[in-house]
Amino acid sequence: MFESLSEKLGGALDALRGRGALSEADVDAALGEVRRALIEADVALPVVKSFIASVRQEAVGQAVLKSVKPGQMVIKIVHDALVETLGPGEAPLNINRPAPVVILMVGLQGSGKTTTTGKLARLLKSKHKKSVLLASLDVTRPAAREQLRILGGEAEVSVLPEKDGDTPIGITRRAMDAARLQSADILILDTAGRTTVDEALMAEVRDVSAASDPAEILLVADALTGQDAVVTAEAFKDAVGITGIVLTRADGDSRGGAALSMRKVTDCPIKFLGVGEKQDALEEFSPERMAGRILGMGDIVGLVEKAAETIEEEEAKRMADRMAKGQFDMNDFLSQLRQLRKMGGMGGLMGMLPGIGKMKNQIEAAGMDDRFFNRQEAIILSMTKRERIQVALLNASRRKRIAAGSGTSVQEVNKLVKQYQDMAKMMKRFGKMGGGNPAALASMFGGGAPAGGAGAGGAGSAPGLPGLGGMPGMPGGMPGGMPGGGFRGGLPGLGMPRGGKKKKR
Amino acid sequence: MIFFRRKKKEPPAPVEAEEKPQPENPEIEIVEPEAAEPEPPSPEPADDSEAEKTGGWMARLRSGLGKTARKISAGLADVIGKPSLDAAAVEAIEDTLIMADLGMDAASRLAGGLSKRPFPDGVNTESLADALAEEIAAILRPVEKPLAVDDTNRPHVILMVGVNGSGKTTTAGKLAEFFQSRGKSVMLAAADTFRAAAVEQLRVWGERTATPVITGEEGADAAAVAFRALEAAVADGMDILIIDTAGRLQARTELMDELAKIHRVIGKQDETAPHDSIIVLDGTVGQNALSQVKAFSEVAGLTGMIVTKLDGSARGGVVVALAEEYGLPIHAIGVGESKDDLQPFEADAFAMALASSHTGKV
Repeated sequence: MFESLSEKLGGALDALRGRGALSEADVDAALGEVRRALIEADVALPVVKSFIASVRQEAVGQAVLKSVKPGQMVIKIVHDALVETLGPGEAPLNINRPAPVVILMVGLQGSGKTTTTGKLARLLKSKHKKSVLLASLDVTRPAAREQLRILGGEAEVSVLPEKDGDTPIGITRRAMDAARLQSADILILDTAGRTTVDEALMAEVRDVSAASDPAEILLVADALTGQDAVVTAEAFKDAVGITGIVLTRADGDSRGGAALSMRKVTDCPIKFLGVGEKQDALEEFSPERMAGRILGMGDIVGLVEKAAETIEEEEAKRMADRMAKGQFDMNDFLSQLRQLRKMGGMGGLMGMLPGIGKMKNQIEAAGMDDRFFNRQEAIILSMTKRERIQVALLNASRRKRIAAGSGTSVQEVNKLVKQYQDMAKMMKRFGKMGGGNPAALASMFGGGAPAGGAGAGGAGSAPGLPGLGGMPGMPGGMPGGMPGGGFRGGLPGLGMPRGGKKKKR
Repeated sequence: MIFFRRKKKEPPAPVEAEEKPQPENPEIEIVEPEAAEPEPPSPEPADDSEAEKTGGWMARLRSGLGKTARKISAGLADVIGKPSLDAAAVEAIEDTLIMADLGMDAASRLAGGLSKRPFPDGVNTESLADALAEEIAAILRPVEKPLAVDDTNRPHVILMVGVNGSGKTTTAGKLAEFFQSRGKSVMLAAADTFRAAAVEQLRVWGERTATPVITGEEGADAAAVAFRALEAAVADGMDILIIDTAGRLQARTELMDELAKIHRVIGKQDETAPHDSIIVLDGTVGQNALSQVKAFSEVAGLTGMIVTKLDGSARGGVVVALAEEYGLPIHAIGVGESKDDLQPFEADAFAMALASSHTGKV
């Protein structure tokens, strides 16, 4: 969702990147672009203004402009301000209360309350092992209650039966009683959509809240919302005192400004993201992860720094040794997978590569998300130690066993073996070609040695980060546009952060 | 996906179209929040007949901007009584336009245009609102086009598309009512086979408006439902067929492909169909609307739009940016949940509502 915002911000700040000296005018020009990027992303204007003002104040300080890398400093200040706006830490549902714990869902028409209610019920049941009762207070929209009944059925939770002539307050009372009777852990009340200017309906939701004493009042808001997001969020906050926000349609190409704005003006955490049509498409929101994606800003520097942090020195050296000899077995494959995941998985990596937003959607649509890594890991872990070293042992019956053991299919096992073979071939080729100098290799993997030359310089065709080497072999491959033919050719400018070689993107 | 695009980009010319439908003064009595409104409503628009027709809606449209607006439009106070606007005033106007979702470009252009205008009688809230409304209306007038049904089409097929939750089903129901009450025979098709109870929702609308509804099983192929519906509408000699589709985000290619298929299947049966392909736009939407219109145009050859949920605090200003960028006709606006709450789009009234939303707050 935030991809295009990050791209725009990246563009705005590019002018500052790597500049030696900055004037106030430079900073102002860049911030003007940042302002535009935020507005185009539908961040509410008051939020944009305070954001720009605070960044500017810090950025034009003498300390910054006279620092060694003022451009970088300004970018960092923008980053930090973004992180701050997104708020600290995760905010899990507050459901530690005597049962039945009531969760009240509120929002405008069409924001996705009923769908989200179904998803939340499913999450609470499957992940938190709670018994859940759903009740629809929507007596306005045709078939709203029918919709909740179907969703409840799909999530295998109970739904309060309808009664003719029910009022929202009546249903609330009945639902509370029913929840107690069936000793449900959690009762989710799905209210009708309402506009905030409709005082009568706002009063009604206030009454429902008073009657049910909810532990959580979640404002369900559409990620596509424009400037009105803050008006709506504030109005609901004032009227019923929301405790959290669920942002729906976060799988669209909206730039997510609504999220930033609502977080900022209500000071309520974003608790979940709705990310798809399916019933399990509800993610617990993690500001760090989201900030990470914005911070990525198509930033290869970040990618490399992250790689350097994550790939431990020793491991890097070991890998280098093995690679130099052209050795590569399933254990190596596994450690690559794990490193990749540590670096934030597919999502994290993708977010950091410039201009990749669109491709990322395609990859996600093809099911290449982080769960993919988990499945791959499971497959390898289901192999015996011997199989991991001697991959040739894997005959049909062994593959069948592995598939059963890992809860995957033989096809998936085959796919993984194929990938492995591709990579092994590549490694072998590299072993022959590069040979000999494990130290230089280790440094390339972020092993801490002051590298510089290895990645960015002469070895342009040498493989890049080992953890990334796994990518070209993945099913479907990375669409060809990856710099240098997948990561194999090394990321452009890999040596940059430590080698000091400036490469203008 | 361009190959699905129909050659027919223009809406059927309303040449020999039947009487342009005018709502017989629908008392837009949805709710009466005005009484409880903390803000005194802004000055009444000059044109009384306009106000009568859309008064409640416009008052609401103008009243909601709230405290955020007031803080920012402080920049306007200094220019009251002066013969022209100063930089601060222009910025203040630009800000309020941005907050009404016009987007950066449209907002700066409009505000810039105002700065060149002389105010011979001095700047005041009214002259400012009038001037701004004039500029906005100039952009919106070309896209003010009521939905016109061509009787030679048997039936006239209207395809409803849009993102999830924008109000397609509700709008389909309201349109059915609208045409039904004008003596047309209407059939509804529930081609939203994805969302739980979407079919049921349309069926209720069918009952309310005494309109036959063609449905499919949940999870059935949406294009098949559309196909059968068109067959049935032809067989029954219906004047109008309204096809409601599932909401889909434009970034989801697989869902957009499904829509392209629906569009294609209809076109195979009757190569002039769908005669109208209408995107339903949520009035609260921000700049993402631009991306929506672009993407849906590509797969469903949009011929017009209907903007919903303008009875809330949202202004729907993005239609100004849309009008500038795509010139897609705007047929109607949705201002409430009851079946009569669909009104013809009027550029002047809409422009006035947008313009006075800030000047009323000075």
